[in-house]
Amino acid sequence: MSGPAAASPLLHLRDVAKSFGPVAAVKGVSFALHAGRVHALAGENGAGKSTVVKMLAGVHRPDSGGLELEGRPISPDGPAAAQAAGIAVIHQEPTLFPDLPVAENIFMGRQPTGRFGRIDRGAMNEAAGRLFARLGVAIDPDRQARGLSIADQQLVEIAKALSRRAKVFVMDEPTAALSGVEATRLFAVIRGLTERGAAVLFISHRFDEIFSLCDDITVMRDGAWVSTDRVADVTVDTVVRRMVGREVSALFPKQDVEPGDVVLDVRGLTRTGVFEDVSLTVRRGEIVALAGLVGAGRSEVVRAVFGIDRYESGDVRVGGRLLPPGSPAAAMAQGIALVPEDRRQQGLVMELSVERNATLTRLRPLARFGLLSGRGERRAATDLARRLHVRHGGLGDAVGTLSGGNQQKLVLAKWLATSPQVLILDEPTRGIDVGTKAEVHRIMSGLAAEDMAVLMVSSELPEVLGMADRVLVMREGRITAELPGSRATEESVMFAATGQPGAGA
Amino acid sequence: MKRPVEGTAHPRSGARRVWAARELGVLLALALLVAVTAADNSRFLSAQSIRDVLLSASILMVLAVGQTVVVVTRNIDLSVGSVLGLTAFATGKLFVAAPGTPILLAVLAGVGLGALCGLLNGALVAAARVPALVITLGTLYVLRGIDHSWASGEQINAADMPRSFLDLGTATLLGVPVLALLAAAVLVVVAVWLSSYRSGRELYAIGSEPAAARLAGIAVGRRVFTAFLVSGALAGLAGVLHAARYGTVDATVGTGLELQVVAAVVVGGVAIFGGSGTAWGAALGALLLATIGSSLAVLRVDPFWQQAVVGALILAAIGLDRLLAARMAARAVRSQGRAREGTSHGA
Repeated sequence: MSGPAAASPLLHLRDVAKSFGPVAAVKGVSFALHAGRVHALAGENGAGKSTVVKMLAGVHRPDSGGLELEGRPISPDGPAAAQAAGIAVIHQEPTLFPDLPVAENIFMGRQPTGRFGRIDRGAMNEAAGRLFARLGVAIDPDRQARGLSIADQQLVEIAKALSRRAKVFVMDEPTAALSGVEATRLFAVIRGLTERGAAVLFISHRFDEIFSLCDDITVMRDGAWVSTDRVADVTVDTVVRRMVGREVSALFPKQDVEPGDVVLDVRGLTRTGVFEDVSLTVRRGEIVALAGLVGAGRSEVVRAVFGIDRYESGDVRVGGRLLPPGSPAAAMAQGIALVPEDRRQQGLVMELSVERNATLTRLRPLARFGLLSGRGERRAATDLARRLHVRHGGLGDAVGTLSGGNQQKLVLAKWLATSPQVLILDEPTRGIDVGTKAEVHRIMSGLAAEDMAVLMVSSELPEVLGMADRVLVMREGRITAELPGSRATEESVMFAATGQPGAGA
Repeated sequence: MKRPVEGTAHPRSGARRVWAARELGVLLALALLVAVTAADNSRFLSAQSIRDVLLSASILMVLAVGQTVVVVTRNIDLSVGSVLGLTAFATGKLFVAAPGTPILLAVLAGVGLGALCGLLNGALVAAARVPALVITLGTLYVLRGIDHSWASGEQINAADMPRSFLDLGTATLLGVPVLALLAAAVLVVVAVWLSSYRSGRELYAIGSEPAAARLAGIAVGRRVFTAFLVSGALAGLAGVLHAARYGTVDATVGTGLELQVVAAVVVGGVAIFGGSGTAWGAALGALLLATIGSSLAVLRVDPFWQQAVVGALILAAIGLDRLLAARMAARAVRSQGRAREGTSHGA
C-alpha cells in the first residue's frame, strides 16, 4: 500500500482560505483525498471543519486557493455544481422529501422515463434496489421516506450520490445520531465505497471511530491546518494535543472534595424489563458516574428518578423526603435537575432566544403579578451566561444558531437557574468538541465543590474515570459494580459492563 | 466486510397505501351518501338527477384540479373565484361585442385571460417572497374590483350570447353532459402530469421539502410560477364554462367560490402543507361537495345545514389525515425500538 503522498490524489485542496467579514474561518488549508482511502478531518468545533465542508459542497467559494478534482481545477458555484462535479456531501441529518417514495427521493429530476416521457416507476424502483444492493442494505424503494431512521436516511443520501456517480463522499459527523449497530452498518457501507475507488472525507468527534475506520487524518485548529498523517502513525494523545494545542491532562480538572450528607437516595427501583432493583446514593459535593454499555438502562433509571418515566416499585428520597413517582414538577420542586441527552429535542426550544431558554425553568420566581419582567429575565440570563462562558452573539439570538457545545452549556445554565441540590447529567459531553468538553467538566467540578450532588450517565470511559468520585456500572438493567473513583480502571469498568474480563471498549 | 447488513423491516409501499386510503375514504363517503339518499328517494338515481349533479360538479372540479397543482407545492391560490368571475364576464362581453366569435376562440380567450391572472399571481409570489395566502388574498380583491368597475352594474343575459355557446352548458354526448366530459379530460391530463412526469413530480418535491428541492437542482421558482399559471388558466376555463352553463353573468359571479374549492381539495385528501394528494382525490372531493348539495335537498334537510355538513367533512378529512400520520409514526417508533433492542445486545 502506498503512502498518502505517493499516489495522485482524487481531490486536492490547495491552500484554501475563507473569511467572513473580519473573521478568518479557514486560513490556508491544504490536504488531499485519495481513491480507496478514508480521510478523517479532526478539530474542535469552530476549528473550521464545517467551512471546509461547505467549500467542498459548493456553498462557500474559497477567497483564495482552490480545489482540484483528478488534477483539474474546479470551482463549484453552488451545491448542484459540486454534485455534478462528483462531490457528494452526506449531512448528519439529511433533508429528504418525506412525502415521496424512497426511489423518487434518489432520482428526483432524473427519473427514468419510458414512452411519451412518462416516468417508468418499475425501472426507477429497480434501479434504486440495485443501488441499495450495492450498498449491502435492505430499504424498500417504494416506501415513503417519512419515518425512515436517520441511519436509513443517510443511506438514501449515499444511494443518491452513487446514482450521480459521485467520486468523493464528504460525511459531516454522520454517526452523531446513530446507534452502535447503525454506525457499524454505515462503516461497512463506507468501506464498500472505498473498495470501489471512492474517496471519503469523514468528520467525527469520536476517536474510536477515526482510529478503526480511517486511513489518513488531518487535524485543524483555529481555522489553520495543523497536520496530516497516516492514522497508523499517530495516537489519540497526539491528535488531541494537536487539536487543543495544550496538554491533555488539563482535560479533567476534578477538584478533590470531601463528600457531605446523602442527598439523593434511591432504593430498589424496578421497572420490569427495563431495570431491576437499582439502589444508589449520591452525597453532597460528590460526582457519581453511571457507566455501562448503550442500552444497559442507565438513561431509563435517571429518567425514572426525575419522574419522566414510571417505575413499579422502589422509592426515591431527596434530603430524606420521599419523592412522589412520575412527577418531574415535584422532582424540580425538591431540588432535582436533569440535563437530558438529546438537547435539541428535550433540552432547548431552538427558536426561542438565549435568554428565554436560560430562564424557562424558573418563570415563576422571575414573574411579578404573573407577568414576566423582561429586565429581570435579561439580568438573570446575563449572569448565567457569564458564569458558564456561553459564547453567543446576543442574548436575543435564537438558540439554534449556537454551536453544539454552547447549546449544552446553555441547557446547564437553564437547570442551574433552579439552584438544584441534585444535578443529573445524561451524556453531558456527547457530540461536543474537546475544548468545550473540558469546560463542561470544569463547570461540573465547580458545582460539586459548591456542595451540589452530581449524578452523571456517561458512555465515555475517560470521562467516567477522570471525573467521578464513585463509579456505578450497569449491565442489562442491574447495577453490577460499585467502584471508588481511585480504584476504577478501564478494565474493571468494562468487566462489570460486559461481564467479560478485559474485552476492551 | 461484504456481509449483507439487514435493514429495518419496512411495510411494503406504505406511501401508496396512504394515498389509496385517502381517496378510498372520499369514495366511500360518496357511496354512502348516494345510498342513503337513494333509499329515501329512488329518483335520486335517475339519469336526469345524475346529470344535474355532474353538471354542478364540473366547474368546481376544474377549479379543484387547478388548485391541487398549487397546493401540492405548499402554496394556495385564493383568487380563483375572482378569476372565474372576471373571465365569465369577459366572455359575455366578448359575445356582446362580436356575436359571431367562434366558440373555440372564446374558450381560448377565457383560458388566456385566466392564465394572465395566474401569471400575475405567480410573478408576485416569486418576486415578493410573501406567502401565497397573502398575495392571492390581495389579487382576489383586486381582480374582483376590476370586474366590478368594468361591469359597473351591468348584467349580461342569455339573450346576448349565441345559442350554440349556451348549448355547451346543457349538451350531452351519449347521455353524459359535455361539461362533465371537459372536466374529466382536464382531470385526466393534470392527474397524469402530476403523477407520471418529472415536472409534475417536482411540484410534490417542492411542497414536501423546499430546501431539499433546491439541493436536487429543481428550479423551484419557475415550477411554482407554472403551478399558478395552470391554476389561473383552469380558473379561466371554468369562467367560460360558467357563462355557458348559467347564461346570466354579472360582476358577482363566483364570489366566495374559492373557499368551496379549497374545501373540495382538502376533503379530497390533498395535504394543505403540500407534498401529497392527487388530482383524482380533489376531483372526488368536488364531486362529494356537489352531491351533498343536491342530496340534502332531496332529503329535505334545511339548506343551512349544508354548510355545517361541509365543515364536518373538512374536519373529518383532516382527522383521517392525522390518524394515518399517527399510525405511521407509531410504526416508525416500533421499528426503531427493534433497532434499539439490537443495540443493547450487539454493542
